[in-house]
Amino acid sequence: MFSFIARRIGTILLTMLCLTLVVFFLVNLEPNLKKLAISQTEMHTPADQLESWLVNHGYRQNFFVRYGQWLGVVPKHPITDPATGKTTQRFSFCNDPTEPKFSGVLQGDFGCSTKFKTTVAAKLFPALGATGLLMFWVLAVMVPISLLIGILAGMREGSRTDRTLSVASIASTATPEYVSGVIFTVIFASWLGWLNGSAASASQGITFYNFTLPVITLAIYGIGYIARMTRASMVEVMTQQYIRTARLKGLSFSSVVIKHALRNALIAPFTVIMLQFPWLLTGVVIVEVMFRYQGFGYTLVEAAGNNDIDLLLGCSLVSVFIVLITQLISDVGYAFLNPRIRVQ
Amino acid sequence: MQTEYISAFDVVLGVLWRFWPVWVALILVMGASFTYKKRLGLYGQLFDSGVGIAGVFICLFWLFTAIFASTISPFDPLAQVSVMKDTLPGAIEPASKLVYYFGGDKLARDVFSRMVYGSQIVLIIAPAATGFALMVGITLGLPAGYYGGKIDTLLSFLANLVLAFPVILLFYLLVTPGIMDTPIPYAMAGLFFLFPIIFFCVLFWTRYKNRPDRLYILLGITLVVGGWIYTGLVFDKDPLKIVHIDPNQLNIFVAVVFASSPGVFRIVRGLTMDIKTRDYVAAAQTRGESPWYIMLWEILPNARGPLIVDACLRIGYTTILLGTLGYFGLGLAPESPDWGTAIKDASRLLRSFIHPALPPTIALMSFVLGLNLLADSLREQSMKD
Repeated sequence: MFSFIARRIGTILLTMLCLTLVVFFLVNLEPNLKKLAISQTEMHTPADQLESWLVNHGYRQNFFVRYGQWLGVVPKHPITDPATGKTTQRFSFCNDPTEPKFSGVLQGDFGCSTKFKTTVAAKLFPALGATGLLMFWVLAVMVPISLLIGILAGMREGSRTDRTLSVASIASTATPEYVSGVIFTVIFASWLGWLNGSAASASQGITFYNFTLPVITLAIYGIGYIARMTRASMVEVMTQQYIRTARLKGLSFSSVVIKHALRNALIAPFTVIMLQFPWLLTGVVIVEVMFRYQGFGYTLVEAAGNNDIDLLLGCSLVSVFIVLITQLISDVGYAFLNPRIRVQ
Repeated sequence: MQTEYISAFDVVLGVLWRFWPVWVALILVMGASFTYKKRLGLYGQLFDSGVGIAGVFICLFWLFTAIFASTISPFDPLAQVSVMKDTLPGAIEPASKLVYYFGGDKLARDVFSRMVYGSQIVLIIAPAATGFALMVGITLGLPAGYYGGKIDTLLSFLANLVLAFPVILLFYLLVTPGIMDTPIPYAMAGLFFLFPIIFFCVLFWTRYKNRPDRLYILLGITLVVGGWIYTGLVFDKDPLKIVHIDPNQLNIFVAVVFASSPGVFRIVRGLTMDIKTRDYVAAAQTRGESPWYIMLWEILPNARGPLIVDACLRIGYTTILLGTLGYFGLGLAPESPDWGTAIKDASRLLRSFIHPALPPTIALMSFVLGLNLLADSLREQSMKD
């Protein structure tokens, strides 16, 4: 078990290294650097000044040297004026070093956000906190509802309850966030006026009024999927021999479901819930943009729209980490919950 | 000048009337399918359940809407008639006396016509991109599952690499106006579009290599047709000027194929690993068939059930992805009538007008729902056997 986890963590680190290298390559394509230089200098700057801005801020160094600097295995250098030999900070707004030193991700320095004029850490971690709050409420709504739907549907396969709930869950998986968000806003905000169509005020403090729409919008897409998986698992468990034995012993249907079936049927949904995180990440981006909630997704869109290199790298690192670590947790948890599975 | 309106009842009747070519085509196809369902195999079995009928009905409805779009829609999806700006559903356009059935949007375009034309974009890109993703996934997944070992480790690692990327980040990196200036989209298109040609060449070669009369004809057709489409799509140098794709559409296409082929790869790999332990594969190995013959002519046909179901679900998922791209304004032109872009435009103005938002959202939802119902019913039918 221990060597399994160690091997998986090794793979995760390798994957993260490869992916950040790919992201680094893509954000450093020539058109993207041009876009960055134009947004960082005054309006109508001539081409040669754009070029000198790029050279000055170190964007014209060798690709691998710069990746190494970001990673923290090559020292970062301040800007040196060739005429006077005086050194200045690369970006004054985030304490860049004035003398060469190793300062990358490995040292805990995520770099400098050119869009928000601050360090990436100062921007990214509060945003992650805000998104964590959103995720918590989404899971708190999504998991109980979807498990309940799945169990009710899978309890008696082919019954009318099963058919109705199955079609309802198919309908919910066919409704992406940008569709359900619009429909919910139209119904609850424009028409009934019960809820707020914007979650911008949620940064100051969340209330039922401003936070419900983002949460249900994000939850609805996942509910259908998890409910269908729970149903399938429940249907399978209900056909097992030990359920028949329990019924023949004379136990009531409800006690068979609760005591015998439920625990075995909930192993598979656990994996599914864990693997929902990559989907939730995409959903978070859409929902946060739609409801103007200042979280991780909003930061990612701003970073990508302005080609904010370090911030975008930070965002990809975080999201890839979340995706891979939830996969690991789901594998380990599956083996833990189901003693019949042994990890080699 | 006061805009004149028709009543809500007339709007419903008018919309139903505008779809007349779709109804005619639907009655013909559904009627024929019902009559001959015993002889139609898996497709015929779909008509045994309500869910299946609903799925086929919705999918065919959008298919025919896309085909007859120019007949159904009363206006040009890009035409702006300034008096019709933000008009409510049922407004009569003064010049032609035609009706804006679902009202006008903020640029005074007909919401109904835009929704109808939007179906064309979705129904061309989504199935085609899914088809290419299937080709890539199958061509790589079969050897990974069959041989195992180093090939499997390498390909699985690459697939997991792509899958670990949140889709939205991938799109923000791959579908930007800037990337069109670099050779990356063309290189990726060149790579992905090669897979169908390779697939069909190997397919025919393994089957007919002892019958040159058939082999040369089939290989020739594959290479000529494949090469023709290939030059048209990748280099935009089709000598006949028929196959053509806009650079930004190519970019979207490539990004969508890239994002969904690892999923297909995983499924095909899993199915192959399962099927290769069967007796008929062992029999083929004993006969001395080549590995690629076994993969393409023994394993693949027996994996078709789950693959068809997955393809249905995947077209729906691709539709959702296209909508996401449109919603974030990536790739597609800002005035493009596709559903995602329409939802983006309308959702910003929800406080003042809600009517431009509803038609594209309901269209997208119903199409994906139709595909999901179809997949569900197909899965149920294949489990019966």
